[in-house]
Amino acid sequence: MTTNNKKLWWIWLFGTIVLMVYFTSKLLISDEDKKVFLPGNTTHGHYQIEMNCSACHSDSFSSAEDIQKSCMNCHAEELKIADDSHPKSKFTDPRNASIVAKLDARLCVTCHTEHKPEITGDMGLTVPVDVCVVCHDDIEEDRPSHKGMGFETCASAGCHNFHDNTALYEDFLLKHANESNLLKTITTRKTDIHSRIKYARNYPVKKYPNQKLASSDKDSPSMVKVDPKIVEQWSTTAHSSGGVNCTACHNVKNAQGIVQWQDKPGFKSCSNCHDSEFKGFTEGKHGMRIAQNMTPMKPGLSRSEMKSTAHDKQLTCNSCHRSHNFDVVYAATTSCLQCHNDKHSLAYKNSSHFKFWNNETISGGESVKGVSCATCHMPKIEKKFIDGEKHFVVQHNQNENLRPNEKMIRSVCMDCHGLEFSINALADQDLIDNNFQGQPKIHIKSIDMAVERVEKKSK
Amino acid sequence: MKLNKVFKATVLGAAAAGILAACGGSSETKGGISPQKMADALHMVMASDRTVYTKLIVNRLVKEDKVIKASEHWKDDKALVLPAQMFRYGAEMVSEKGADFNYSLLSLWPVNKQNSPKTDVEKTGLKYIADNPGKNYYSEETLGDTKYFTAIYADTGVAPACISCHNEHKDSPRTDFKLGDVMGGVVIRIPVDS
Repeated sequence: MTTNNKKLWWIWLFGTIVLMVYFTSKLLISDEDKKVFLPGNTTHGHYQIEMNCSACHSDSFSSAEDIQKSCMNCHAEELKIADDSHPKSKFTDPRNASIVAKLDARLCVTCHTEHKPEITGDMGLTVPVDVCVVCHDDIEEDRPSHKGMGFETCASAGCHNFHDNTALYEDFLLKHANESNLLKTITTRKTDIHSRIKYARNYPVKKYPNQKLASSDKDSPSMVKVDPKIVEQWSTTAHSSGGVNCTACHNVKNAQGIVQWQDKPGFKSCSNCHDSEFKGFTEGKHGMRIAQNMTPMKPGLSRSEMKSTAHDKQLTCNSCHRSHNFDVVYAATTSCLQCHNDKHSLAYKNSSHFKFWNNETISGGESVKGVSCATCHMPKIEKKFIDGEKHFVVQHNQNENLRPNEKMIRSVCMDCHGLEFSINALADQDLIDNNFQGQPKIHIKSIDMAVERVEKKSK
Repeated sequence: MKLNKVFKATVLGAAAAGILAACGGSSETKGGISPQKMADALHMVMASDRTVYTKLIVNRLVKEDKVIKASEHWKDDKALVLPAQMFRYGAEMVSEKGADFNYSLLSLWPVNKQNSPKTDVEKTGLKYIADNPGKNYYSEETLGDTKYFTAIYADTGVAPACISCHNEHKDSPRTDFKLGDVMGGVVIRIPVDS
C-alpha cells in the first residue's frame, strides 16, 4: 500500500468516526436534535410523536404491511365507527385488481404518505385532490347531476368524504331535507359515571361503595397534612357524592408493588375509573405522546396558535380538570382558552354559543342549550360497553370529529341545528373563524341534488 | 345474529382451509378435491345460510310478523341487516381473516351499481345463469397477477321480502321480479396455479 493510500484510509476512518459520533450524539441528546434523522416534516396528525419512530416504523426498514399495522393500531376503531366507505376489503376483492394497480388503497400510506410536506394537502392527503377519478370516472352515467363537476370538488365540504359519509349519504340527506336552521327539539346528552362504574375493572368498588361522603369521612392518613380548602373542594364534587375517598386516588402501587400514599398520584389513578375518557385522551393530540410513553404534550410543541404563557404547561388530566374540584364547566371552556389562541377560539366569547353557555352554567339562567368548546370538540358520544349496554361518554379525543369537519354534524351540530344549515356552516371558513356569528354565506347543494334526483325518479 | 355471522365465518374458514390443503391450491386434483368441488361446497354453505337468514329472520319478522324493519341503514334505523348486507359482511370478515378464496354477490340488475358485473367472466357467467336456470357457470380468469378458478351460482328470490324490496327500491333497475326468479349470482373465486 502506498503512503498516499494509507493517508486516504486514515482520512476515511477519521471521517467515519466523526460522523458516527455526531449521529450517535444526536440520538442521545434532545428530541430537537434527533430531528436530523427525519426524512421530512411529518403531518399535523403525527408531528407530536414523530421522535418516536417506532410508533409507526415498528421495526427498522419496516415493510408497507408493518406500517399498515401501525396505522390500524391507532385508526382502526374510528374507521369502524365511521362505517368506512372504502374499507380494505373493497380493494382486496380480486375484481378490483385493476383499480389496485392504479391506486393501492389497501394501504393507508398510498394516499397518506408521511414526511412529504411538499405534496401534503388537507387531511394529510399526498395524492392529487381529484384522486376519485381513478375509480369514479363514469359517475355522470349514474348521477347526471354531476355532469361538468370537476373531480377536485368531490370532497368539497358537505359533499363526499373518502372514509366517513355517515352524515352525507343520500338517504340521510333526504331524511333531513327541509329541516329548519334551529330545530324545535334540542337533543341533550347526559353522562353518568356512576351507572358505568361497573365497567372500571381496576376500581375497588367494594372498598369505595357508591355512597355520599362528608368532609369528616375523608380517609387520608393521619400523617398527611391536608389543606382544608382541598377537602372543601373535594366535598363538592361527584367524587365525594359517589364514595370516592382520598385513598381511592392517592394510594398508588410503587415500583415494588407496595401501595403507598402519593401526594400527586398522576393520570394513572384517573384512568382506573375513567378508562373510556383516558383512552380518548391518549388517542387525540392532547394525549398521544403519553400513549407512546413520551413526555406529555406541551402547547409550546404545538403547530397551532397557542398563548405564549401556556407554552410550558404539560397536558395531563389535571391540566384541564384541575385537581380536587374537578370542575367540568371550567374544563369545558376556561381550560381550553388558557392555551388556544387561534381566531376561532378568540372569537368564542363573542358568540351566541358562549352566551347560552354562560347563561346556563354561570348566570344560572334559563337557556336552550349552552355550547362550550367541549360541546363541539369533546362531544358526549354513545358508547357500547362489554355487556351491550350503551352509555354516553365524553369523547376526549378532540380530533375525532375535527377533520373533515363534517364528522361533527351528527355528533354535535344536529343536536340543535338542521342538516342543511350544519353542512353550510361547516363549509364557511369565515363563519368558523368568527365562531359562528351570523348565517352561512355558502350553500352546498347536496341536499337539493338528492331531493331533485328522487323527484325525477318518482315521475 | 352476531353469533350466526361468527359461526358462518368460522365454518367457512375451516372448510376452506381444509379444502385448500386437500387440493394443494392447484387446479390439479392429485388425489385431493378440485377447485370446482371446493367452490360447490362453499356455495352450499353460503346459499343455505343466506336462505335461512332471509326466510327465518327477515321475511318472518318483517313480512309475516311485522315486528321490525330491515334497512340498508340498519344502524341509523335500528333495523335488521338486509340479506345482501349479511352476505357481504360475512365475505368481508372472511377476507379480513386472510382467506385465499373470495366471494361476492353480483347482479345484472343491482341496486348498488358497484355490484354490476365487471370482468368478462362475470358478465358472461351472470347472463348464463339467468338464461339457464339450475345451471352453474365455471371458468378461469386472471385478475392482477393471479389466476382464479371462478364459479358463478344463481341467486334466486326465495321470499316475498326479496321481491318487494328490489321491486320497490328507488335505485333498482328492474321492478318486475317474481318469487323464484334469478335475481343475481354468487361469484366465488379460488386462486389456482397458472
